[in-house]
Parts: sequence; C-alpha cells; structure tokens
Amino acid sequence: MNAPANISRRTFIKATALVAGGLVIAFSIPYAKRFLLPGAAKETAGADPNASKLPAPNAFLRVGTDSSITVMLAHSEMGQSIWTTLPMLIAEELDADWSKIKVEHAPAAPAYIHTAYGIQITGGSSTTWSEFDRYRQAGALTRALLVAAAAQELGVAADSLKTENGFVLSGDKKISYGELAEAAARLETPKAVTLKEPKDWKIIGKATKRLDGPEKINGTAIFGQDIHFDGLMTAMVARSPVFGGTVKSFDAGAAKQVKGVRNVVKVPSGVAVIADNYWAAKLGREALKVEWDLGANAGLDSKKMLEEYRKLAAAQGLSAAKAGDSKAALAKAARTIEAEYVLPYLAHSPMEPLNCTVKINADGCEIWTGTQMQSTDQQAAAKILGMKPEQVNMHTMFLGGGFGRRANPAADFVSEAVHVAKAAGAPVKTVWSREDDIKGGYYRPMFLHHVKVGLGADGMPVAWEHAEVGQSIIAGTPFEPVMIKDGIDATSVEGVADSPYVKGIANHSVALHTVKASIPVLWWRSVGHSHSGFVMESMIDELAHAAGKDPLEYRRALLKDHPRHLAALNLAAEKAGWSTPLPKGVFRGIAVHESFGSFVAQVAEVSVSKGAAKVHRVVCAIDCGLSVNPDSLKAQMESAISFGLGAALQSEITFKDGQVQQSNFHDYKVMRIDSMPAVEVHIVQSTEKMGGVGEPAVPPVAPAVANAIFAATGKRIRTLPIGNQLA
Amino acid sequence: MVTLNINGKEHQIDAPEDMPILWALRDIVHLTGTKFGCGAAQCGACTVHLDGQPIRSCVTPVASAAGKKITTIEDIHNDKVGQAVQAAWSEIDVVQCGYCQSGQIMAATALLASNKKPTDADIDAAMSGNICRCGTYPRIRAAIHAAANKL
Repeated sequence: MNAPANISRRTFIKATALVAGGLVIAFSIPYAKRFLLPGAAKETAGADPNASKLPAPNAFLRVGTDSSITVMLAHSEMGQSIWTTLPMLIAEELDADWSKIKVEHAPAAPAYIHTAYGIQITGGSSTTWSEFDRYRQAGALTRALLVAAAAQELGVAADSLKTENGFVLSGDKKISYGELAEAAARLETPKAVTLKEPKDWKIIGKATKRLDGPEKINGTAIFGQDIHFDGLMTAMVARSPVFGGTVKSFDAGAAKQVKGVRNVVKVPSGVAVIADNYWAAKLGREALKVEWDLGANAGLDSKKMLEEYRKLAAAQGLSAAKAGDSKAALAKAARTIEAEYVLPYLAHSPMEPLNCTVKINADGCEIWTGTQMQSTDQQAAAKILGMKPEQVNMHTMFLGGGFGRRANPAADFVSEAVHVAKAAGAPVKTVWSREDDIKGGYYRPMFLHHVKVGLGADGMPVAWEHAEVGQSIIAGTPFEPVMIKDGIDATSVEGVADSPYVKGIANHSVALHTVKASIPVLWWRSVGHSHSGFVMESMIDELAHAAGKDPLEYRRALLKDHPRHLAALNLAAEKAGWSTPLPKGVFRGIAVHESFGSFVAQVAEVSVSKGAAKVHRVVCAIDCGLSVNPDSLKAQMESAISFGLGAALQSEITFKDGQVQQSNFHDYKVMRIDSMPAVEVHIVQSTEKMGGVGEPAVPPVAPAVANAIFAATGKRIRTLPIGNQLA
Repeated sequence: MVTLNINGKEHQIDAPEDMPILWALRDIVHLTGTKFGCGAAQCGACTVHLDGQPIRSCVTPVASAAGKKITTIEDIHNDKVGQAVQAAWSEIDVVQCGYCQSGQIMAATALLASNKKPTDADIDAAMSGNICRCGTYPRIRAAIHAAANKL
C-alpha cells in the first residue's frame, strides 16, 4: 500500500485540454477479471477505452480556470460517503484547496469501469480500496502538470517548486492552480509520478466532514425522485401480485377518467398508468382493472418452502468445501452438537422508493436514476431501444439508499421505466410506491443451515458438517459464468466454506443445495455473510457453552493463527470490558466475522424483559487496514449495526398463496430510533491490506445479540427475526 | 383550486382537495426537499410543519391546510430552532444517504420547539416515527442534544 506507484507500469494515462478551458485527467487501468461480465469483456478487450471517448466528461478530475477542482465519481454516493472519500484521495496528492472541491457523479463510460470488477458498479464494499491508487494517481499527475506549467512560466526548475492549498509556490511567489490550468493542459503527460509517503499525508487518515452534508441538510440535494422538467410525466405500474404472473386483460376505462391521467400502456412487467403527477398516477392505478394470469407460482408458500428446504438439507448436496472425513470424525467425537438455523427473505427497502426517469430522443436516450450498476442498466436500456450503449446517457443521481437493491444485474426498474417511456412516446418518471418496493422482489434469499459439529474431549471441535439450502442470487444473471463454479454460487457459501473455524478443523464438509424458485433474489448488504455470519458466530457460541468455556476465550483459541480476527476481537472485548460486571439484568454476547476484506468484532449488551430484547450498547472494532476517513468509517459501522440489528429483531418477507404478506413499514418492520443502541466504534491501527467498510459490520450484530440473549435467558435464537420468540 | 401558504408565500394549487400536501409540494410547487418514503405515515420522510406542528404530509390532504401555514425544509433555516438543528446536524455530520433527513430535521425542530431539553427517552418517543435506513440514529440523538445546548 505504501510503495510509491510508477503509473506507467500499470496504467495508460492521457491528459487533454478541455474545450471550456482547464485540465482534464483521464486514464484507465487494465481490468481485473473478478466479476467481469462476459459481454463487457468483448466490448472493451484490447481497446484503450479512452481512445474514442476523450475529452469532456470522461475524466476523473477537472481543474477549472477559477481554481475549482471537480472530481468525477466513478461510483455512486448512497450514504457511504465516497462523495468525500474519493476527493480526499485526489486532494491529498494534488495539495488542493479543500474548499474548492466540487463533486459530480460520472456518466456511464468505459473510463469509469471498476478497477477490480470490470463493470461500472458500486458494491462489495469496494470503492475506497479499489480506487485508492487510481484517484491518488489522478491527483499526483495533475499536480505534476501544474508544477511543470508553473516552472515554464517562471523559468525555474520544476523540482524547485512546492505546492500547497491550491497554489504552486516559488520562493515568495505563488500561482493559483486556476491560473496554470490552461498551460498545464498543453503539456506532455509525465510518464510516471511518485505518490506521497504515508507519513506525509495531510488529508488521508483524518476525520473529514461530508461534502454532501450541506445540501442534504437544507433539502436541495437532488435524488432520482426529485427530477423534474417540463413535459415530464409520472407513471406507476400495476404488476402481477404473484411473481411470474402475466396480464390476461385490462380495462383502462375508469383509470382514464381520473383527472390528470394521460395514458395507460401495457409493458412487459404489467400495465403502466401515466399521469401529470404521482397522485393522479396512483389514483389511476387504483381505478385500473387488470385480470392476471397468476401463473405457476400462485401457490407459493414460504412455510412450505421451508419444509422442503429441511428435507433437502438432509440429502446429499454439492460440495463447497471438504477435508478429511467428517462422518468418521463425528462418529468418534466425544460429543456432537447439532443445530438448524433459518433466516428469512428480506427486502432492502431503501428510504427512496425505486424510480427512474427516461427521455428518449431521436438519436439517444437520457436516463436519470439512482443506480449502483450503470453498466448493466445502460446495456439493458440500449437493448430495449435498439441503440448502442453509448447512446444511452446515464445521469446518476444521489441514491436514497441502495443496500444492493439498486445494483441489479436484471436492471429491473431501469428496464421497466425504459419500456414505459417507449410505450408512452413521452418522457416519463416511473415511480414505485413503498408497497411496490416491499412486494416487488429482489430479496435477500431465505436460507436454512444445518450444522453438526463434533467436539473432542477438550471441548474443541474435531469435525464440522454443514449443509446450506437457499436460492442463488447469481444463477440466471450475466455473472453466472464467472461466479458460479461447479454449481456452487460463491456468494451462497461465503463465510462458511472459507470460515477460519471450518478450515481449521481437519475433518469438515460444507454442502450446498441451490433451490430453483421464482422469487427474485439479490445481494442485500453483506450478501452471503448476512446469513453465514449469524450461523457461524451463533454456532461457535453454542460450542463454547457446550464446552463450558468463555465464548471470548473459545474464539481466541480457535482463531489463534488469525491475527486480524484476533485484533478486532481483542479490541472489542477490551473496550467493552468483557470480564467486568454489568448492571443487573444486562448480558453480553460477542461475535467476530470477516467479510469484504475487513474484520469486525462486536460485543452487544442486552437485557430481556416482558418478552422482548433490548439492546443497550454495541461495541464494535474493525480492522480494515488503512482508514481513509475515520469518521465516515465510524458512520458506516453505526449504519451497518442499525441495518443488521433491525433485520435481526423484526424484518421478514413471507409468502402465502403466491403473494408477499408484507406491504409497508407497519408490517415490514425495520430499525427505528427507539430500538437503536448506543454504538461505540474502535478502529484497529493497521497497515494490513485495505478492506471494505460499508458491509462488514452487518454480519456480527445479529449473532452478538443472539448470544447475549442466550446469556440472559438460556434460550438459543436459531431463527431470525427474533420477533416474539422471547414472549 | 386550493390556496396554500407555503413558507410564507401563497400558492394557487390546481389539485383535487384530497391530494396529499406532499404531492402538491413536490409535483405542483416543485419544492422537492420534502420526501416521499411510504405514503402511509409510517416513515416520516414527508414531515412538514402545519402551523408549527409536525405532520405527515403524505396523508394530509391539501384541503386541511387551507388558512394554515405550511413550513418545509427549504424554509426551516428562518426558524431559530430549525437553524440550530441544521447547524447541529452539520456539526455532528449526521447525514448518510440523506433521503430521510429533511423529515428528521423537521421532526427534531418540532421536538425542540416544545421541549427545550429533551432526554434520550423524549427523543426516542418524538423521533420513532422517522425511519432512517442508513441508521443515523445515534448521531440524530447527539445532534438534538447539541442543538438543545445551543438554544
């Protein structure tokens, strides 16, 4: 991380003059192949993606003649604060005046392809580590050009010049970056730049306030939902109450009588009512009569599905991990512990209901939406319209929450909006209601885990047999060829098949049963770890209690060769005062889990009374390597704890007679302030490899709380949500 | 036609009387700081003040606002308490995605207008109708205390 990078070794760099004046820096890094879409590979392989795209917006930063520094975000701001973190990387190397930084979401273009995933995407808690070099290099390169321009103007050697706070300094003379921008843009790009040593950082590592704070406090921040221009209409789509259902017939008569309703059109996902405003569209949709062919899923029932899952867990699954002979080792074990864990379908329910504005022109299409996956949305829109992807201009707006829902390989809400605008022959904003969102699918899949562990005479595990049953979020998507190997969706078994506990046991097996079901499923903040973290850390707690050992000491013994787990675990335990007394009626639970390259441990303090658990405090420790902005890191820990805990306490999506039984926040319950514990965050001072921060604090919270509930009551929570299980 | 007084200015609104204030604000007056979150008074994103009282504008028809004053996030800085709340929100760096924050700030301002030194329990009671999926709740509590200390 701290070696100065020689850009020319691994990047192609171009600098070019911007028509409007100023300097544009754009470059690309050869794609890593981890999540690469097969289609994307064909389109871009072997080509310099900047070759045909420069100049204008295809760049990472612009220096204006007014000394403004406009940073283009290759990723989407959805709360995680990359609107601030990525500019920090540029400003550090550029010695920029922080007050002059402006930020914009980049368009969808090859220059902004994820350095590791190969498509333009925000997800996997990857933005900061994946851009750590690219954005710093952009800043350093720009600084070098500005210095060179100043050297030319002053007739001095470049290495005699210094930079500070948006100026090049030469003795007592100083020239602003704005004054140098046009001259810098005419210079030849340096072959390499040297990045600062970490000891010289002034911005990286310092708690820095959000740049998007002011506009989100005074109501002027523009989300997709807020797009308005003359002639724009609002649509709501009547969709089948059962997934996979189709329109048999519809009668738009009454809907068209509603004042403000302008059109009713059929689209692949249902029937769209297009109106002057949301209220008219909503009333129109209520008046619309649709006869549905509910199709094959009209009998869907999640309770029955769970029974099927239970049977499947007992059958032979596909092997996701295997070592030694777990059967034989179990037979010889001093004792065996067996448990079944069940986790429900979950909706992401971001605060901003899904929406997408589409304006189709003769030679292209404009789309305004909050998306985490510009590449697939752009491709899907282009396909529907018979256009080339580059004819589809994606305007990424602030996302009112994402949590994975707005990164859909199926591009569902964008595709639908394109169909609506196409059918209407007019610019349309397609808006989902909250009910549409909660009933509309793309859930975290329900999972059942069956775990059987053999303990030796010393109470330590000697055999681990694990079976998982659930839908794959990857099957059927363009990611399938890359992310499913030998029938195993890596995201289904992450956190189990690669668990340090499991791998540390000589005899283990992890089996997966992938269920084919019609319920649309998707990554939900922390993906597979959202269920595996709960199962693993609850099970380890069960084993510790069975062995009569302290849950912290038991974990320490099992993780003795995993220093980063241990560092987080020890810091959380120390800060929580693990062995110190608590107020009467309050009990502790602990959990530690690695995900997205980071290691998070949490201690939850919980009391149980009148059949309900109250979480008083969560002490959280993380080792994510370098923390670029410690305050936004803390905010992400608080956020993930709220998100994971709310789900663990109350959230579930269930199906009966083919239909989702929940509809709005009164029955799809999420965290509210009166259930939110105090959160304390501690950061492990670490020079290890950088990991993510958006998701890794989700997995430990449910087990830490469930383990505290066990300490308080002796009742082991094996099914989420906790709901009324303590009544 | 309904006449609405929004942020001190009269607006003639061509809308049915049962249209919720939220949609008059957003789709007719184009004041989009007030957000749509649930349409059922379940999440608080649409909170505005009607004669100083916090209401859920997504379920309050425009007809009920006749002769009353609507205050939205766009104008709350002109209120002494609102200004202190916004300053505290900035100081504590509360926001994340930001979508619910207009409603949070309007609810917090109403709380502090009626209760100058709210306890955590007061805050939880007054703010539990405002959902934040990003979980900014610990900072909301801290910011309300900070604003109370400045007032």
